[in-house]
Amino acid sequence: MKIDEIDRQIITATQAGLPLTPQPYKTIAQQLGLSVETVMKRMQVMQETGVIRRIGVVPNHYRLGYKFNGMTVWNIADEHVDELGQQVGQLDFVSHCYHRPRHEPEWSYNLFAMVHSKTENGVKEQIETIAELLGEYNQGQDVLFSTRILKKTGLRIGKSRV
Amino acid sequence: MDEIDRQIINHLQDGFPICDSPYQMVATQLGLTETDLIERITDLLASGLLTRFGPLFHAEQMGGALTLAAVKAPEEKFDTVAEIINSFPEVAHNYARNNPLNMWFVIATDKPERIVEVIQRIEEKTGLSVYNMPKINEYFVCLKLEA
Repeated sequence: MKIDEIDRQIITATQAGLPLTPQPYKTIAQQLGLSVETVMKRMQVMQETGVIRRIGVVPNHYRLGYKFNGMTVWNIADEHVDELGQQVGQLDFVSHCYHRPRHEPEWSYNLFAMVHSKTENGVKEQIETIAELLGEYNQGQDVLFSTRILKKTGLRIGKSRV
Repeated sequence: MDEIDRQIINHLQDGFPICDSPYQMVATQLGLTETDLIERITDLLASGLLTRFGPLFHAEQMGGALTLAAVKAPEEKFDTVAEIINSFPEVAHNYARNNPLNMWFVIATDKPERIVEVIQRIEEKTGLSVYNMPKINEYFVCLKLEA
């Protein structure tokens, strides 16, 4: 979808969050000098076309008790990676699942799946579940845990840079 | 966090309506008042249990670009390297990880061609090779973290 200047204004006005007012879309409309119908219609279209992935909350994993957040990485033959990636993404503990390029010889992993658990054992079980699903197509694996958050600002598009 | 907070967090991971009075609609579904719901979301954000509430945008769909990149930062220069990388406004997240590739960050730019520019500038300023791992394909997920 091609977004225009009005969409961009709505994005800029809501990327820090939705107003916590009884009529949040009306609040946005008033800020931007638009009608509430325009704001709601535009946001509906952006949601249908995937510009907005979803409207909702993002919990802090750690604060909900999910202290073990692992980036599991797998070496899968390229011709099987799409089919297997789709299956891994369907597992209910996987939050992101991507096919990414290898950097041989140091980095031979091409399938990335983020997993989340409240216990160390839980993560081990999740990794075993993925390994079982991949079976003979799994040619190597590793798991990387974040040891420190160095920066977390979220994605922003700046008005001036567009 | 009590049982009602848990219900709110679980419910609002599935989505939020676009209508005139969306808080009223969700509050009714949860058996709360509109005022209660708004106050609780405000408190959950203030206490850091929620990092965000609102629309989540898709960078590529907005005409921008995203990539995941990593470097091997020498231990003695780790903090300096982190400082340099974090100083780029295009770097949205940066994590230390337990691997020879020990620093992993997300670069987001408003135009796809700027990703390469930012990577080149990071390489110049840090003297390190950046391993660029843009997604080739993304697989659908339906995760919900039970609160």
